Amino acid sequence: MLGLNRNDFLMLLFVFVLVAAAPIFLNPFPEGSTFAQFNAGYPDLMQRFLIFGIFAIGFNILFGLTGYLSFGHAAFLGAGSYAGVWMLKLLTINVIPAIVVSTIVAGVFSLMIGYISLRRSGIYFSILTLAFAQMSFALAASVLTPITGGETGLQTTLSDPRILDGAAAGTGNIPAPSLFGLEMGHSWKVAVGDWLWTFNVGYYLCAFVLMIVFYISIRIFRSPFGMMLKAIKSNNERLSYTGISPRPYTLAAFVISGMYAGLAGGLMVSMDPLAGAERMQWTASGEVVLMTILGGVGTVVGPVLGAGIIKYFENIFSKINDGLLEQWFAFMPDGLADFMVTIVHPFVGKGWHLSLGLMFMLVVIFLPGGLVGGVTGLFRRLFRRRSH
Amino acid sequence: MTVALEVKGVNKRFGGLQALNDVNLLVDEGRIHAIIGPNGAGKSTLLNCFVGKLKPDSGTVLFNGQNLIGRLPHQINQAGVSRVFQTPEIFSDLTVLENVMIPALAHRDGIFELNALRPLRRETDIRTKAVDVLEDLGMEDKLDMTAASMSRGDKRRLEMAMGLVQEPKLLLLDEPTAGMSRADTNNTIDVLKHIGDSRGITMIIIEHDMHVVFSLADKISVLAQGTVIAEDIPQNIKGNPKVQEAYLGGAH
Amino acid sequence: MELSALLLQVLNGLDKGSAYALIALGLTLIFGTLGVVNFAHGALFMIGAFCSVTVQRLLSLSTVTLDETKTDFLGRPLEVKTPYVESWFGESVGQAMIDWSVPLAILLAIPVMLLIGFVMERGLIKHFYKRPHSDQILVTFGLAIVLQEIIKAYFGANQIPAPAPSMFIGSFDFGQLVGFDPGVLMYPYWRIVYFLFAMLVIAAVFAFLQFTTFGMVVRAGMADRETVGLLGINIDKRFTIMFGIAAAVAGLAGVMYTPINSPSYTFGMDFLVISFVVVVVGGMGSLGGAVLAGFVLGILESFASMREVIEFIPGINQVVIYLAAVLILLARPRGLLGRKGVMES
Repeated sequence: MLGLNRNDFLMLLFVFVLVAAAPIFLNPFPEGSTFAQFNAGYPDLMQRFLIFGIFAIGFNILFGLTGYLSFGHAAFLGAGSYAGVWMLKLLTINVIPAIVVSTIVAGVFSLMIGYISLRRSGIYFSILTLAFAQMSFALAASVLTPITGGETGLQTTLSDPRILDGAAAGTGNIPAPSLFGLEMGHSWKVAVGDWLWTFNVGYYLCAFVLMIVFYISIRIFRSPFGMMLKAIKSNNERLSYTGISPRPYTLAAFVISGMYAGLAGGLMVSMDPLAGAERMQWTASGEVVLMTILGGVGTVVGPVLGAGIIKYFENIFSKINDGLLEQWFAFMPDGLADFMVTIVHPFVGKGWHLSLGLMFMLVVIFLPGGLVGGVTGLFRRLFRRRSH
Repeated sequence: MTVALEVKGVNKRFGGLQALNDVNLLVDEGRIHAIIGPNGAGKSTLLNCFVGKLKPDSGTVLFNGQNLIGRLPHQINQAGVSRVFQTPEIFSDLTVLENVMIPALAHRDGIFELNALRPLRRETDIRTKAVDVLEDLGMEDKLDMTAASMSRGDKRRLEMAMGLVQEPKLLLLDEPTAGMSRADTNNTIDVLKHIGDSRGITMIIIEHDMHVVFSLADKISVLAQGTVIAEDIPQNIKGNPKVQEAYLGGAH
Repeated sequence: MELSALLLQVLNGLDKGSAYALIALGLTLIFGTLGVVNFAHGALFMIGAFCSVTVQRLLSLSTVTLDETKTDFLGRPLEVKTPYVESWFGESVGQAMIDWSVPLAILLAIPVMLLIGFVMERGLIKHFYKRPHSDQILVTFGLAIVLQEIIKAYFGANQIPAPAPSMFIGSFDFGQLVGFDPGVLMYPYWRIVYFLFAMLVIAAVFAFLQFTTFGMVVRAGMADRETVGLLGINIDKRFTIMFGIAAAVAGLAGVMYTPINSPSYTFGMDFLVISFVVVVVGGMGSLGGAVLAGFVLGILESFASMREVIEFIPGINQVVIYLAAVLILLARPRGLLGRKGVMES
C-alpha cells in the first residue's frame, strides 16, 4: 500500500490513528476530576506534540541515518519561523504561504550552512554546526533586529501591509492566522458525559502536515538513497571506493532535515504568530537531539514518540507543585510524606529541566536504541526464548 | 594485445622509506596479473596509488589511456576500477544483500542519485544482480544476515562480491583468499577463473598463497623493496634467480 | 588609532582570554588523555564559581543578638548580626576573611573539584571511552543540564555577586606605568589579578606535566595510549587523576572569575561553546594551542567590540569568535598548533 511494505503501512496507520484520535485519548480523565491535570488534550499542547514531532522526524533523517550529529538545527527552525511571520505580515494572514516559504527559506539556509559544515565530520562537524547556530542566534538577537525584532521577537501587528488581504488594515483586531478564513485557534468542543474533547483546526492542520512528512520519511528510509545514508554512517570511506561520493548524500540529508525544521517553524508561527531568537539557541537544538534519541535514533517512528513524550512530560512536570505533591503523599505518615515531598520537589515544577537532563543521561547510558530500540529488543528476546 | 593498465615511473616515499621506486607495469586487457613479493615490498602501497587512496610523488598510472593520478576514489571507481580490500572494509551495520546492492547501484546510477522516494524493493534488477553474485560465491543463504555478524572468511567473500557486482573493467584484489579455508579458497579460484574467462575482466591480484597465484595468473610481477625485479609468465618466474634471492635472501 | 587604545583592547581581552584558556586547557587534557569530548566542562567552571558564592555565604553565617541600646524605627531593639568568624577569630581577622572570601574559596574549590572530577570519571565517563564521540557529547550534555539545574535549585536563577577583596576593587593607572599620560589607560585591579592567577595555574599544569614522572606518563599516554598501556603502567588510574585535575583547573577559573561577572547557573554554558571553539582553533589535543587560542580569541573579541569596528561591521563582536572557528576549521583543520593528522578527515 502507498509503496510501503506491510509493516511500514501498519506503522503509518498506527501513527494516523494516534494523531487523529489524540484529542480523545489524551483526555482520559473527566473534567474537574482529581486527575484532570494529567489530561493533555489541549490544542496548544497537542500542536506542540506534532510540530516538534515534525522537527524530530527531520532531524532523524540526518542524525539517525548518517550519524552526523548537528547541534545547530534550531537555527533552521528559527529561520523558518521568522520567514513565516514575515509572510503573515507582508502577504496574507492565510497560513499556506507562511508554511511553504518557511520551508524553502530554511532549505536555502541549511544548504549554505550544510555546504560548509559537511566539509568536516565527527566532532568537528558538531562544533561547526554549533558555531553557526550560535552565530545565527547572536545576530538575530542583535544586529538583525530590523528583520527579527531582536529580543522582543517578531509578531504580526495591526498595521501590517498584507498585500493580498490587508484591505481592513489598521482597524479592528489583529487578525488571527487562518486557512482560507478558518482560524487556526478555532475549536469544536464535544462533551460526552463528563468528558470534554476539543477538536482544533490548527491541530488538524499540523496533523495533516505531519502525516505527509512522516510518510515521506518512511519512503526515504526505505529508498536506495536512505540505504546510502546508512552506509555513510557505517563506513564513510568505503563508500567512496564503491563509486559513491558521500558528500552530496550527506548534504541532501542535511537540507531535507533543515527543511523539516523550517516547516516546523512555519507551523509554529501559524499557530501563534510570534517568533523569537531564543528558538535558535543551541539548547533548543539539544532538545530535538533528546527527542530523537529518546524515541530511538534511526527508527522510523521513534522521533514522533520521543517528541510527544518529552512535550507531554514537560507540560505535566511543570504543572506539579508542592500542594499537589502533599495531596499525593497524604496517605503516608506525616514525616514520610514531608520527606517524599522534599525528595520529589526538585524534579518537578520549575525543576523540570533537571528531570529532562537525567532522562537524557539515562537514555544514552542504558537505552542507546531509545524506547523503540528497547521495546523491539525486548520483543526479540521474548520471541527467541519462546522458540527455544 | 591491448594494454589495460600502464604504470610508468611511480615513486612514493614515506619519510625516509622509499616505498615505491620507479615502478613500471604493463597489465594486458582481459588477463590476470599477479603481483607477488615479500612483506613490505610495497604491493599494497602500489594498489593504494591506483585507487586514489595515496598520491604518488611522481609517475603516471594510465587506465585505458587516461591518467588515474590525482583523481578521487569515487571517480576512479566510476571509471571502471573496483578494489577488493585486504582487511574487509564492509558496511557492518547493513545486511549482506545491502552491502552488495550498494556497489551495484553505484555502478548503475553514478556518484550521486537523489532517488529518495523510490522503494528499494522495486530495484529488482539490482537485487537479482546482487543475489546472483552472492550465489556464485556460495552465500545465497546469508542474504539477510548483518554483515558484522559473519565469520572472517565470509567477510572476505562479501568483499569479493562487492567488487564483482560492479562488473568492473579492472578488478584489484588484495590478498582475496587470506583467512579462507582451503575449500573456500578453491571455490574462489574457480569463481575468479570463470569470471575472467566469461566476462574478460582484467584483474590485478596481490597474493601470498602461491597455489592461488599459479592457478590464476597469466603473468606475474615480482616486487621487492619497492622495485619490480621481474615480470614474466608464471613458468619462468619460478626459476628466476633474482626472485629466489628476494624471497630467500632478502626476506626482511 | 592611538597606541594606548590598542593596548587597552589587548588588556581587555586578557581576562576573558584567561578564562577561555583555562577551560580549553582542561578540555584538551581530557580529550588528549581520555579521548572524551566533555560537554559538561562548562558546568565545572560554573560550579567553581559557585564555590566562591558558597564560601562567601559560609563565612557570613552569623549569630543574631539584640542590641538593647539601639532601636529601629518601630522602637524595637536592633538586631545585630555577628558573623561566626568574627566571634571566633576576632573582628579584624573575621572581617578580612569575609572580604577575602573569593580567594579563600580556592581552598574549598580544589578538593571539591577534584572530588567531582574523580566521581564523574569513575562513575560515568569511564563507561564511554569505547562509545562513539556523539554518545560522549550527548551524555555529558545531559550531565551539564543536571549539574546546572542542581545549582539552580540551591542558589536560584539570579546572578549572585561575589566581589573581590576591597583592596582590589577599582582601577589603577596602567597607562602611567608604561609612559602614557595619566588617566588614558585605566585597568581594574582584579583583572590583572585574574590574569596573573591564570598564568600561574597554566604554568603549574605545564610544570606538572613536564617535570614529574606522572606527567611524563600522561604525556606519553596522550601520544600513544596503547603502547603505554603495554608497558604495564596503570594508565587508567592516572587518567582518573588527570580528569580530576582538569576539573580543578576549570573550577579555579570559575572561582576567581566571579568578581568580573556575577555567576548564575547558565554561567558555564555561555563559556562552554566558546571554549570548544578555542580548543578547535588551538588544535585538538594541543595544550599549548588551547592556551594560545584562548588568549588570541579573547583579544580578538575585545578588538571586535571596539566602537570603530562595530560601526564598520555591525554585530561583528557577537560572532567574531565563531567566524574565526569556521575559517580555521575549513582552512587548517588541525588548528594553530595541532599535530598533523590529528583529527583531520
